[in-house]
Amino acid sequence: MTLHFPLARPADDPLAPPEIFRRLRDREPVTMATLWDGSRAWLVARHADVRAVLRDLPVSADITRPGFPRIFPLQQALPQGERPPFVLMDPPDHDVLRKLINADFVVRRIEALRPRIRRLVDEHVDAMLAGPRPADLVRAVALPVPSTVICWLLGVPVAEQGAFNEWTSTAIDATSTPERRAHAYGAIGGLLDRLLAEKEHRPGDDMLTRLARHVTSGAVSRHDALTTAMLILIAGHETTANMIALGTLTLLGHPEQADALRDDPGLAPNAVEELLRYLSIVDGVIGRVALEDFTLAGRQVRAGDGIVVLIPSANRDPGVFDDPDTLDLRRPARRHVAFGYGLHQCLGQPLARVELQVTLTTLLRRVPGLRLAVPMSELTFKQNDGVYGVRSLPLTWNEEN
Amino acid sequence: MRIDIDEPACIGSGQCVLIAPEVFGQRDEDGTVVLLRPEPGAESREAVHEAAGVCPARAIMVGG
Repeated sequence: MTLHFPLARPADDPLAPPEIFRRLRDREPVTMATLWDGSRAWLVARHADVRAVLRDLPVSADITRPGFPRIFPLQQALPQGERPPFVLMDPPDHDVLRKLINADFVVRRIEALRPRIRRLVDEHVDAMLAGPRPADLVRAVALPVPSTVICWLLGVPVAEQGAFNEWTSTAIDATSTPERRAHAYGAIGGLLDRLLAEKEHRPGDDMLTRLARHVTSGAVSRHDALTTAMLILIAGHETTANMIALGTLTLLGHPEQADALRDDPGLAPNAVEELLRYLSIVDGVIGRVALEDFTLAGRQVRAGDGIVVLIPSANRDPGVFDDPDTLDLRRPARRHVAFGYGLHQCLGQPLARVELQVTLTTLLRRVPGLRLAVPMSELTFKQNDGVYGVRSLPLTWNEEN
Repeated sequence: MRIDIDEPACIGSGQCVLIAPEVFGQRDEDGTVVLLRPEPGAESREAVHEAAGVCPARAIMVGG
């Protein structure tokens, strides 16, 4: 049987991974599949093998290498012949760029943002509660919160943030036409390019200012500074937004666990790890190409073969997580690979954690009787985008007395 | 318990800082791990092992 990737999540259980992953883990943990463009790549289903690919084996993350699997829209949108963002590069070039901006994501620095993120979330929840019911959580909270926080980090002025948010929504919307998406990417690139130039004269305490300094000193090319800023924006925006919406939806489907989290905010850090594991929204993005021949789970992988790691499958591997299909906000969940693994593991993870902890607990605490306003079957999920999500999430609640 | 760090391998994910802040810190300039206590007491054992187990760079080695 020919296996095609990406694979759909089950229609009657849209928060679960594709059912076939269980069989792959049991019987064919490393197996060949056909991608959308007819090319072929190995799928890797078990937690230990996924970690081995991402940390230990001779593979490359360089998208310009022949054989690199093209599995998601952003990769298809990359202009031919251009140097990619550093997540799609190998060392040493990757390390230079990543280290330059790692300072912005140090745990202490991100934790210092927590009070400001709390106020931001409260403002958006206030606005939602003051508006009509039902409200779309995606537009009311899930998208604007991470988008605004990324604007703070980059140093996008408040006056530009509205347009910026519109363009980013269009750019990441797989239902937009290719022309509209290309136009949106172009507009974002133009804005970031202009801001990079302005920061040379009007510096701030932000990432664009630091990138501009590295351009001036010659440490980084203008092109790399721009693609790095674009990467931070795209990676830090939609992923967190999708997790806020799907995390809320998941909690609404597990009311006893939502109650436990509402009653014990100390549970929030672990609850977020478990939701990251359970939802595994980065479900079709992480590819590699083999640099040498090697054996993985008994299969012979050849140099030049494409590899796709199945994050949702690894995160439901019963060898690592007991009763993996059960959501348990108290379980040890930190060994999940929802942020990837190895040297490309998510740079923004400390920020994502804080945003999710604050947003999910604030919604539970502040919105009385929060519930889905339509049947689950009426929701439209982002299938095959590379990052899983829900297009809109209509919610309603009880009027306060 | 004795901890060794493979500093060049560290990618600054910060998970060890979140799990065992009494043992691990981060350099402000690039997020690289800083070992605050190379030989922490028994009370940190579980957290240190967890930090080593989740480190995406396998940069934390625990002995003894």
